[in-house]
Amino acid sequence: MADKPIIAVLLERLPERCVLHDAEDLRPYECDGLSAYRSMPLAVVIPENVEQARLALQLCAQHAVPVVARGAGTGLSGGALPLADGISLSMARFNRILDIDVANRVARVQPGVTNLSISTAAEPHGLYYAPDPSSQIACSIGGNVAENAGGVHCLKYGLTTHNIQALEILTMDGEHMTIGSAALDAPGFDLLALLTGSEGLLGVITEVTVKLLPRPETAQVVLAAFASVDAAGAAVTAVIASGIIPAGLELLDRPAIHAVEQFIDAGYPADATAILLCELDGSSVDVGVQIEHVNRVFRDAGATELKVSQNEAERQRFWAGRKSAFPAMGRLSPDYYCMDGTIPRKHLARVLNRIETLSDEYGLPICNVFHAGDGNLHPLILYDANRPGELERAEELGGLILETCVAVGGTITGEHGVGMEKINQMCVQFNTAELEQFHRVKDAFDPAGLLNPGKAIPTLHRCAEFGAMHVHEGQLPHPELERF
Amino acid sequence: MQTSLPASLLQTRAGLEADEILRSCVHCGFCNATCPTYQLTGNELDGPRGRIYLIKQVLEGHAPTEKTRLHLDRCLTCRACETTCPSGVDYHHLLDTGRERVARDLQRPLLQRGLRFLLRQLLSRSRRFTPLVRTGQALRPLLPAALKARIPARQRLPHIEPRPHARRMLLLDGCVQPALAPQINHATIRLLDSLGIQTIVPASSGCCGGLSHHLDAGDEARMFMRRNIDAWWPAIEDGAEAIVITASGCAPMVREYGRLLADDSACAGKAARVSELARDISEIVAGEASGSDLPGTAGGARVAFHSPCTLQHGQGITGVVEALLQQAGYTLVPVADAHLCCGSAGTYSILQADLATQLRDNKLAALQAGRPDIIATANIGCHAHLAGAAGVPVVHWIELLARLTGQQAK
Ligand SMILES: Cc1cc2nc3c(=O)[nH]c(=O)nc-3n(C[C@H](O)[C@H](O)[C@H](O)COP(=O)(O)OP(=O)(O)OC[C@H]3O[C@@H](n4cnc5c(N)ncnc54)[C@H](O)[C@@H]3O)c2cc1C
Ligand code: SF4
Ligand code: SF4
Repeated sequence: MADKPIIAVLLERLPERCVLHDAEDLRPYECDGLSAYRSMPLAVVIPENVEQARLALQLCAQHAVPVVARGAGTGLSGGALPLADGISLSMARFNRILDIDVANRVARVQPGVTNLSISTAAEPHGLYYAPDPSSQIACSIGGNVAENAGGVHCLKYGLTTHNIQALEILTMDGEHMTIGSAALDAPGFDLLALLTGSEGLLGVITEVTVKLLPRPETAQVVLAAFASVDAAGAAVTAVIASGIIPAGLELLDRPAIHAVEQFIDAGYPADATAILLCELDGSSVDVGVQIEHVNRVFRDAGATELKVSQNEAERQRFWAGRKSAFPAMGRLSPDYYCMDGTIPRKHLARVLNRIETLSDEYGLPICNVFHAGDGNLHPLILYDANRPGELERAEELGGLILETCVAVGGTITGEHGVGMEKINQMCVQFNTAELEQFHRVKDAFDPAGLLNPGKAIPTLHRCAEFGAMHVHEGQLPHPELERF
Repeated sequence: MQTSLPASLLQTRAGLEADEILRSCVHCGFCNATCPTYQLTGNELDGPRGRIYLIKQVLEGHAPTEKTRLHLDRCLTCRACETTCPSGVDYHHLLDTGRERVARDLQRPLLQRGLRFLLRQLLSRSRRFTPLVRTGQALRPLLPAALKARIPARQRLPHIEPRPHARRMLLLDGCVQPALAPQINHATIRLLDSLGIQTIVPASSGCCGGLSHHLDAGDEARMFMRRNIDAWWPAIEDGAEAIVITASGCAPMVREYGRLLADDSACAGKAARVSELARDISEIVAGEASGSDLPGTAGGARVAFHSPCTLQHGQGITGVVEALLQQAGYTLVPVADAHLCCGSAGTYSILQADLATQLRDNKLAALQAGRPDIIATANIGCHAHLAGAAGVPVVHWIELLARLTGQQAK
């Protein structure tokens, strides 16, 4: 493939180890965490410093070659899915924590640093970085910003967008920009918020300044078991309605509990149909009062068992189980398709019931592990990609679930982003005028349309086609992608 | 994950197993986070998720080139990825199949073959290795510093004749350990003796076969395994309770005998029994020693413990040695990134010297950050690799315990 002009140019200007271009080397880059969608890039560039990243971007701009930024490749919506006529720009070598400023409670980090390692580095100072996606062991902070990632503790502490202070980015032309500042507010438009969640469409992030929070004096988790998912859903509504905002409020159903317990001894009751994990943090007096309160609410909501974490190790175990739940599903089924809809909390029980009905109709089991407190659902559709037609059925079922979310006033993505996967549902969520507005924003940053084109915001043309497809059911959502 | 292995491959036991392992990977990428080589190169192909993909490619029928081989060679087989993987992907067995395939389909250049052959011939046969080390030790004062660092000073130990006890256990002698650090098994024999256990080391036993196994020489590995089984069998029939292994690198291998010889009708049964009896020395000591056997007399000497990958990931033994050392009165200093490999990894430190040196330097920085008096570890490979550049003495943890029981006896 070295015959493609862009590859020759990249090889000429960058060290050989930074450019992968053989099919053999490229295949492992053909997907992100959503392995059902695959596409081989022209080349993968792994820059080691900002200069090399800038050079790669400039060369691609000159040759009109699209660029897809890639962090850790844990994304679940195909955001980092390569483009067949583009290069993938891996930011994995940008893995240094540059500075921890204890006095101002911020850290400057490179984009390839993992989410968890920021908190680990801040720990000796009694600080941590609050957003904690379940993939935090592996996902990069650059990817978190690009997806506006959430996590277990976002119910109280907000999403990525609420926890960063400044970004350094490179535009497609290689221009360097600083967005945001050390000050908490700055004049002009809030471009920082705009960049957060931009899925690699506006610029390539080369540095992130994150806010750090002091570790709470006490944090404890109440684990409540329920005899039905419905009852657990109702208990979530009851807790929030009672005026408490827990630090985290998560739901796992029985299959998820079983999968997790095969991996680690998280301490979940094996006979529960669903459990809730509810974290309370703050001063020890407050936490004590809140635990009593929450226990009472759960008991009234029909909890069959209640446990409170007795020490830090037990609290960590409760969360470790939750955070490994998606991949642990690999023990139950060779493949899963993770959905990411949000709904107003009051509809929780109703939507969960609808999901169960759909699961029966399609004959595909669905597990539920999700951020219950935010109403951010993650139904995991279990399927076997080796069985012909099963992926397509899983996708169709997923589409119906998302439409259910929109119908009750929710959205098609809570935190995993639109990427490639939900691009058609964007046509359901937004009207033409809104989509046109999105495109204008993209044009302002990337007039040539070379940064991650075709992801996150559908072209109007695509929406027109999708509308047509909806009429002729049974057709594949992405005929251009390789499928086996 | 979706797979499409050819039907012919799916008819073999190895093919079927590989397909199952591949399918169990859900491509979440968690494992990359704890993979030592991915951390150094940032290349997906140097992480477990990418290696799994490379192996999938080969098994699905794409002819491998040097590139695939390079990235598979760079794997340390440390198995940190398996500890991390929530889906339970049995990575090292997939790697075995992948490496075997690549070895079959793609011959190595002559130089590489020569070096690998030499390493196998030399290291796995203590008859050849020991005299070489002795010569090196005799010439040590004259050697340049770089080489000197690789050859430990000779330990002259009093001969001990194990006292007879009703309880007996076999002790694996191994290949390089008797030459480089005879004091380890010496200490083990003394410590077990003090616990009322007699050790047996049959003369004809030797290398566990791990070295050959990891250098694509499966037949040779099986030869070593059969030899050990034959050497141990009389004692096993005679009631030996366990096969004690002091090099954590060898223990996972002996635990695999049953599996690797499953198709050998002549000794499959014996091999399975041997695997059942294999124990890491830490399991024995933790199981046998009561508080009084480990007097807390170490006086708080500061120890940085490096848990070898073969102990924590390969055998899933965590916290056991640490607890024993603390119980004995040593102070453990905290060690960052304790899950990471030191780069020794069998012959890796020789075959992939560049990555191995980076990993060693990182590991030593982490171990020495807490200003320990001593670094303790549990595997001869790590021991020799770290000792070559450490600023403080490196020992096997069993030596630290044996020292105390010695004191008590006096
Ligand atoms: C098991 C599992 C659990 C998960 N749990 C959660 C969860 O709880 N909450 C949550 O929010 N997400 C979760 N995710 C999704 C995923 O981890 C997040 O979306 C994460 O933010 C992606 O980070 P990444 O580094 O892997 O990015 P990638 O997947 O590599 O990329 C994601 C997007 O970011 C862009 N991008 C990456 N780096 C840069 C950069 N430097 N500059 C510009 N654009 C960039 C890419 O182009 C792409 O569009 C989970 C994923 C898995 C596999
Ligand atoms: S952690 Fe396990 S399931 Fe996830 S990518 Fe690695 S091997 Fe596959
Ligand atoms: S065995 Fe070690 S080096 Fe090899 S892929 Fe797994 S973590 Fe990486």
